[in-house]
Amino acid sequence: MLDNKIVQSQLEYTDQQPEINAKNESLIDTLERMNIVIVGHVDHGKSTFIGRLLADTGTLPKGKLDQVKAMCAANAKPFEYAFLLDALKDEQSQGITIDTARSFFKSEKRNYIIIDAPGHIEFLKNMITGAARAEAAILVIDAHEGVQENSRRHGYMLSLLGIRQIIVCVNKMDLVDNNKEKFNAIVKEYQEFLDEIKLTPLAYVPISAREGDNLIAPSESMPWYKGGDVLTWMDKCEKQASKDKQPFRFPVQDVYKFTEAGDDRRVFAGTIETGTISDGDEIVFLPSNKEAKITSIEGFNLPKQSSVGAGYATGFTISPQLYIKPGELICKKGETPAKYGTNFKANLFWLGKKPLVQNKKYKIKIGAARATVYLKEIIHVLDASALTTESSKSHVDRHDVAECVFQTLKPIAYDISSDIESTGRFVIIDDYEIAGGGIISESVDSTSRLEDVAHQRQFLWEKSEITAADRSRQMEQTPTLILLAGPRDTGKIELAKFLEESLFKSGKKVYYLGLPNMVGGVSSDIPEGVEDRDEHIRRLGELAHLFTNAGMILISTISDLDTYEIKMLKTLLDGDQLIIVYCGEYKNQFPVDSIISKADGEEPEASIQKIMELVEAKQADTNYYL
Amino acid sequence: MDNLEKIEAQSIYILRESYREFKNMCMLWSIGKDSTVLLWLARKAFFGHVPFPLVHIDTSYKIPEMIQYRDDLVKKWKLNMVYGQNKEALANKQTYPDGNVDRIQCCKNLKSGALKHTLSGDWTRYRFDHDVQDYVEDSNKEPYTGVIVGVRADEEGSRSKERYFSPRDKENDWDVGDQPPEFWNQFKTDFSPGTHLRIHPLLDWTELNIWEYIQRENIPITGLYFDRGKGQRYRSLGCYPCTGSVESTSTSVPEIIEELRSGKFANIAERSGRAQDKEDGGGLETLRREGYM
Ligand SMILES: Nc1nc2c(ncn2[C@@H]2O[C@H](COP(=O)(O)OP(=O)(O)O)[C@@H](O)[C@H]2O)c(=O)[nH]1
Ligand SMILES: [Mg+2]
Repeated sequence: MLDNKIVQSQLEYTDQQPEINAKNESLIDTLERMNIVIVGHVDHGKSTFIGRLLADTGTLPKGKLDQVKAMCAANAKPFEYAFLLDALKDEQSQGITIDTARSFFKSEKRNYIIIDAPGHIEFLKNMITGAARAEAAILVIDAHEGVQENSRRHGYMLSLLGIRQIIVCVNKMDLVDNNKEKFNAIVKEYQEFLDEIKLTPLAYVPISAREGDNLIAPSESMPWYKGGDVLTWMDKCEKQASKDKQPFRFPVQDVYKFTEAGDDRRVFAGTIETGTISDGDEIVFLPSNKEAKITSIEGFNLPKQSSVGAGYATGFTISPQLYIKPGELICKKGETPAKYGTNFKANLFWLGKKPLVQNKKYKIKIGAARATVYLKEIIHVLDASALTTESSKSHVDRHDVAECVFQTLKPIAYDISSDIESTGRFVIIDDYEIAGGGIISESVDSTSRLEDVAHQRQFLWEKSEITAADRSRQMEQTPTLILLAGPRDTGKIELAKFLEESLFKSGKKVYYLGLPNMVGGVSSDIPEGVEDRDEHIRRLGELAHLFTNAGMILISTISDLDTYEIKMLKTLLDGDQLIIVYCGEYKNQFPVDSIISKADGEEPEASIQKIMELVEAKQADTNYYL
Repeated sequence: MDNLEKIEAQSIYILRESYREFKNMCMLWSIGKDSTVLLWLARKAFFGHVPFPLVHIDTSYKIPEMIQYRDDLVKKWKLNMVYGQNKEALANKQTYPDGNVDRIQCCKNLKSGALKHTLSGDWTRYRFDHDVQDYVEDSNKEPYTGVIVGVRADEEGSRSKERYFSPRDKENDWDVGDQPPEFWNQFKTDFSPGTHLRIHPLLDWTELNIWEYIQRENIPITGLYFDRGKGQRYRSLGCYPCTGSVESTSTSVPEIIEELRSGKFANIAERSGRAQDKEDGGGLETLRREGYM
């Protein structure tokens, strides 16, 4: 086996590392690790808080504090704890945090990664990047300045991002004479806001970050406060419970078949979001609904596993072999399956430079799936800082939060985020950028985007006086799209041209439309190097609809294909005929009318004959109904 | 899952995501412990295979043992190995050891410059041919547009602001102020044609994690990291004229872990042995913007 070979080759190097064995596992730090993000309005003291925390817990590298202090003195600049973090020149000159910096420190209980999120509204995407990695949050409010727009916005973002453990620090208490009433007033005001979004913080702590009051020990300046210092509260935050107990969800990130060194495994690779799976379990792929059985759990430099749980990046082989594209979601039979469909309602925050609008094509990424998506309806837009709603707004602006209905072109698999968080959230891509994030709140029963488009087209269509039947009779043929599908480089184009010629010679009105003929013309608006498969299929479908509507037989080729794309084409063809011919080694990838495999040694003439018979058969069918 | 398993899973996820999304991809292998862990993680992610080329920039001032170690592993693991070099600067003696330029300029010439042109394919690349068991000129001149790099957030300030997927424009410039958002394990993987990308699967690892993982997985690393009798070892590897060894008697991975955790290095930055970081206040950041890893 491959793995054995590797272990052996490795041994030849281990003479440099004597005595590596299981005993030494005890060396590995088992202290747990927690990500905590610091958020809040700009200048309320986030960076100072972290800098002071690092200094007070003795975490800074030797001499760093003195070095920064000396640098400030040399430049006649007052010392700031924030300088310890602001390692970039850019940032020091502007004096604001533009990105999320990470600092590491350790309490007796665990290791922490403190993420410093910027407070400026322009950097909301950076704040979200930082906050989304966190399991808990510290929200800083300036006691002197009070609750500000981003104090609220950030609170709301934390709730959308799914962060439930929040410590609110009322900072700069030294500026308000460590006054208890001032503290209580801010607590009251902020809690009223949090009540509206149903969020309860773990604690409110009055602090002076700069002075180090109530950070890692109770402060003598505020004897009236007995609630515990910030570090104590941080240690009280809990790690997320294991997700092993939830239903199994495995987004197929990729399917590998590396043939090197005689490897013949076909591995479905990905990370288990929730649940566990074992050898022999029966699974179902969504949205394709194909079923199979796990035949092995794969790994490298690992003992053989018979079962694996949530969080692991792993892989499986299955039986029977199925043709599955990356992006499907594997669920376990017998457990609650994920939902799938084209319409769902979601709560969304928008970061895009351009607003989110209707009738514009976006890309959605959910789990490992990517699909074309449209904004179907805005239920309401919420101003996150003021918490006022506008239902009449026709678009979602940058930094808005909204409840919307989305509609995908093809079905996608998902969960309701309150059931399973990780498969219930998605991002929207606009113009190559992640422009928004959302959590799914419910499914909506409705037609797919393409069905809507086809329906709308039929509604607008100006009907000719000549019926399809008249045309068919006169042209002595049934209008049909003949699509040669299958893997790349299987001689589809050659065959397509030969087929065109043969049909033409037998008196058919036939036309071959090659892919390059589309790229340079009908699709010249799609930039070079951009692959937009859904759009290509849509255009092919619309062109085929025109040709068949005119009574023609159209021939085209396409590499790969899946059940949904066939469905898309059928929707667009609007009842007209479609013949799918598979070129290459057919493994039940999708239903086809005929298979042509060079491996069978079939002469091209015979292949053409087979397809021509199919065309005749369709015609006979139609004649029967005429 | 313990912490090591978690960061391992995250790195594997990122490697797989890159492989899925990008065509002309490579991984930088500096021969040091971090990028060797990265190489190991790639073998984990792809079930024993490394389905993209490994790129090494040979400054010609690397400690010879590093090159020996590199080529041994290349043969054993059947790696697709490519290296590049600034032949012109070396021929014209535009290097610090030759006494003609300062340390920073030397790094720019031999590392950033060589890297840039090796990645873009306009300088000769040498690929290890497993049939002839030697390096031959690589016929593939296509630019690598996705580059996997083993940087860690704890290394120094500017690295702590990196993204897992970090776009660079054609000049390889890094716009620190305007980086894409990353959340819920969704990364920026859509790019207008022509964008270049750095991918950082080790961002969440600390120096200690690296050693713990080497320990757990029994990853072969070069012996330069260990004291071999002189009371000296390397903590970070680079070119010999600029990389000092540190005083240490650690002869094994467990001893290094012990030393890092509780011993004398607990509070001293890892790169303190690297002379080029000291020459001007923002040396590393300057190099970084110009593509030096
Ligand atoms: N008086 C006082 N000033 C503080 C305190 N904490 C922070 N500051 C000051 O508030 C300003 C903004 O702090 P900074 O940490 O950069 O805020 P950030 O934008 O939230 O990261 C700096 O000038 C700090 O010195 C405090 O506890 N008391
Ligand atoms: Mg700040």
